[in-house]
Amino acid sequence: MAAKTLTIDGKPITAEEGATVLQAADEAGIRIPTLCHLDGVYDVGACRLCLVEVAGTPKLLPACTTKVAEGMDINTDSERLRKYRRMTLELLFAERNHVCSTCVANGHCELQTLGYSLGMDHVRYDYLFPKWSVDTTHRLFGMDHNRCILCTRCVRVCWHIEGAGTKNVAGRGTKSHIITDLNMPWGESDSCTQCGKCVQACPTGALFHKGSTTGEMERNRGKLEFIVTAREKKQWITPE
Amino acid sequence: MTLNDLLNLKTRELSSRKKITLRCCMAAGCMSSDAKGVKQQLEKAVTESGLQDEVEVRGVGCMKLCCEGPLVQAEPNNTLYVKVTAENAPAIIAALKGGKADVPQTDPNAAFFKKQLSIVLANSGIIDPERIESYIAVDGYQALHEVLTETTPKEVVETMVKSGLRGRGGAGFPTGLKWGTVAKSPGAKKYVVCNADEGDPGAFMDRSVLESDPHSVLEGMAIAAYAVGADQGFIYVRAEYPLAISRLQIAIKQAKQLGVLGSGIFESPFNFNIDIRIGAGAFVCGEETALMASVEGKRGTPRPRPPFPAESGLYGCPTLINNVETFANVPPIYRNGAEWFAGIGTEKSKGTKVFALAGNIKNTGLIEVPMGTPLRTIVEEMGGGAPGGAAIKAVQTGGPSGGCIPAQHLDTPVDYESLGKLGSIMGSGGMIVMDDSSNMVDVARFFMEFCMDESCGKCIPCRAGTVQMHNLLDKILKREATARDLAKLEELCDMVKNTSLCGLGQTAPNPTLSTLRFFRKEYEELLQPDTYGPRGNGEPKKQPAAAAI
Amino acid sequence: MKVRLATVWFGGCSGCHMSFLDLDEFLLELVDLVEIVYSPVVDMKEYPENVDLCLIEGAICNADNLELLHKIRARTKVLVSFGDCAVTANVPAMRNQFGLGNAESVLQRAYIDSAHDNPRLPKEDGIVPPLLARVMPVHEVVHVEHFLPGCPPHAAHIKALVAQLLSGVEPKLEGKQIKFG
Repeated sequence: MAAKTLTIDGKPITAEEGATVLQAADEAGIRIPTLCHLDGVYDVGACRLCLVEVAGTPKLLPACTTKVAEGMDINTDSERLRKYRRMTLELLFAERNHVCSTCVANGHCELQTLGYSLGMDHVRYDYLFPKWSVDTTHRLFGMDHNRCILCTRCVRVCWHIEGAGTKNVAGRGTKSHIITDLNMPWGESDSCTQCGKCVQACPTGALFHKGSTTGEMERNRGKLEFIVTAREKKQWITPE
Repeated sequence: MTLNDLLNLKTRELSSRKKITLRCCMAAGCMSSDAKGVKQQLEKAVTESGLQDEVEVRGVGCMKLCCEGPLVQAEPNNTLYVKVTAENAPAIIAALKGGKADVPQTDPNAAFFKKQLSIVLANSGIIDPERIESYIAVDGYQALHEVLTETTPKEVVETMVKSGLRGRGGAGFPTGLKWGTVAKSPGAKKYVVCNADEGDPGAFMDRSVLESDPHSVLEGMAIAAYAVGADQGFIYVRAEYPLAISRLQIAIKQAKQLGVLGSGIFESPFNFNIDIRIGAGAFVCGEETALMASVEGKRGTPRPRPPFPAESGLYGCPTLINNVETFANVPPIYRNGAEWFAGIGTEKSKGTKVFALAGNIKNTGLIEVPMGTPLRTIVEEMGGGAPGGAAIKAVQTGGPSGGCIPAQHLDTPVDYESLGKLGSIMGSGGMIVMDDSSNMVDVARFFMEFCMDESCGKCIPCRAGTVQMHNLLDKILKREATARDLAKLEELCDMVKNTSLCGLGQTAPNPTLSTLRFFRKEYEELLQPDTYGPRGNGEPKKQPAAAAI
Repeated sequence: MKVRLATVWFGGCSGCHMSFLDLDEFLLELVDLVEIVYSPVVDMKEYPENVDLCLIEGAICNADNLELLHKIRARTKVLVSFGDCAVTANVPAMRNQFGLGNAESVLQRAYIDSAHDNPRLPKEDGIVPPLLARVMPVHEVVHVEHFLPGCPPHAAHIKALVAQLLSGVEPKLEGKQIKFG
């Protein structure tokens, strides 16, 4: 593999050809905020939080799906990007019913954490307060659509890592929602293998282990990493 | 099928023509006003008058002046009957022997028709779209034959580059450049896709082309396939166009039977098949990456580009995607030469553009004009201005991705650059005229509601941003908003435009931005004093805390 | 001159005020700097004029909340949304999800369906304020200068914000000082 040299936030960097800007930045210790990205599954460029400025390109590009190129000059943290990222988060918080104080993921939530890191102390947009259901028909897991941000990580781990294809998206626009099989209660799904990878992948409290109470939701992403490493590198390493 | 066979078919078709032809519009607009009944009664009246050997009643495609349909035109004297009913048939037939029928007529030499230049619509309203012989009679498929037998794919691409044709789907990407890129992309399997998922409110150009002249699109696709090295084509057409779908099906069947589509076209080694894929009613599937996902049977959502379809498209193969009107331009370009085409239009926008003229305008219908025609010519001369002599306020082009051009800019020539400079876009050809009774904030809200409903939900700015922008526009219209809300709206417009994943989201703020640019006063008039704002006087300035205490 | 401080309790559980009392020794420092002119912890019936700083706990749930908030905005220089209910409308706003008529349905559930005896809706003009159709965070109604989320906000964060405000610095909460839930 040929190496590419580029600049990220003024720092000269060498990255493997074919690597994404996100990977290159990560290796150089530069953290770009992400929400729909999850190590081990393919990227969809949907959350728009990892948008970066590339010199000479008028459009902002998603770091997760943009490949590195020779001589690229990337800015990951301008005032404009920070403003857009905060707005994106505010739009998410206003879209569904994210009540941190009653959420299983309180304190272990990527949405919350990103909000804090961008100084989001309130949401300027009117909350939409939509009516969404909670599916607790599954023996082990629950899905609270009120907390879903439609990152589709669960859909992708289910298809890509587990190969079950239980989860998918139905509807359009702000009425989009995650469904199980052909939009049936999760507990009645024939395809669900009960592996729980979707729960591990969820960035918020939308997917949870039944019986967890407020603030209890801690995830074991190592489980996903283990499978991906085993599959791709044929190495069975238990992460620390 | 050889060239001789083709020419023989043409001769046979022309020699079977009768002295008089009554052309009846059988496109969706007139069909919805009983054009079918009109045609049946005309046929009956011909038989009853014993004129079978002299008069042909031909079902044809769109005759353009849709507001006056059903339309019937007599050939050769060109009498154009309007708002024809089935009861009018005997009178029309009787008038063929002389005299004047007591049926409403309009002047076929009126500006609406005379100012048009038909390339894409040249056969529309002339030929029978359900008979391939009718297309062959106007030199159909000769360009494909010439391309296949006398030129190399590289030369085909070069001709397209020289013609200067730009994509008619809206963005105006140079067609030749696109063809060249797909041609150069490595891959044993390539695809050609025709985007017929026309969805802009008020737009019906592509539907009319498909209903009126489907073979020109098939021939254009075949030429493109030869140029880029594809052997499979798809036409992605929306389910709401049943007539277009049925005519395409007939056309594909006939073309395959004659050997101008399928295997060994014109007895050459070139194979090209076309299949139809029917959309399920999502506007976003007009976006090329979403369209491809839908063709593959997946949920129709866009994905980031690059990779562009030319590189990795349908099933990961290099794919050429062009719009209906773009493909319909192809056969005439190869029949008449690139220089001929490049001689029409402006320096950067060549050829003609088809528009669906609608809204507060006297003559609604389909028009095709050379690029560079001033908006004023279209709206005032061809369209006849607003009904009742009202003043024109603005012209909306480009649908939910476009903008409103105010009356003071009516002298703008219609080309990609000029419309872009005014914050609008050429778009696919929807042109909605608004008179002074239109409320521009309401117009902006209408388009925002459309985008909100049609957002696929994949990326956050478009999914959640359009809802917030729509609610803010609604709040302004209800006279409940303050200057702070307007500022919020503008900030969101900027954000959604710059951060959305695909064209739908990136252009969703355009109608709002353009009405804000030209009609800001209408917004401001609706704002309320900001009684409970930072200083209680409506100024959205942040008060420094240090000074306050 | 002492800073005229008010605190107000709208639709919330009073947990934010409890957290305020957790300021402990800082409360003693505060007494030298501020005069508490209106608060659930002092006996003052009418919100006074010329208030410098007001900490607002709770979401805007009923007609009284709304009226008082308008008065507060008109009579106060700096407003702080104090705690999640004020900042996000939080738990009180959960009824908003039930759409139009949500106020009636929660009252029905609480006072009729769940009543053991004598079921009736609380209704007394001038005493029981009617619920609003939509519970709102404070900044949806009036302009708010500063936000201190938390359910409740930690006393240390309250101290940080109040100290900054009193020392005349433009307050800025950073990193872990911002916390919802």
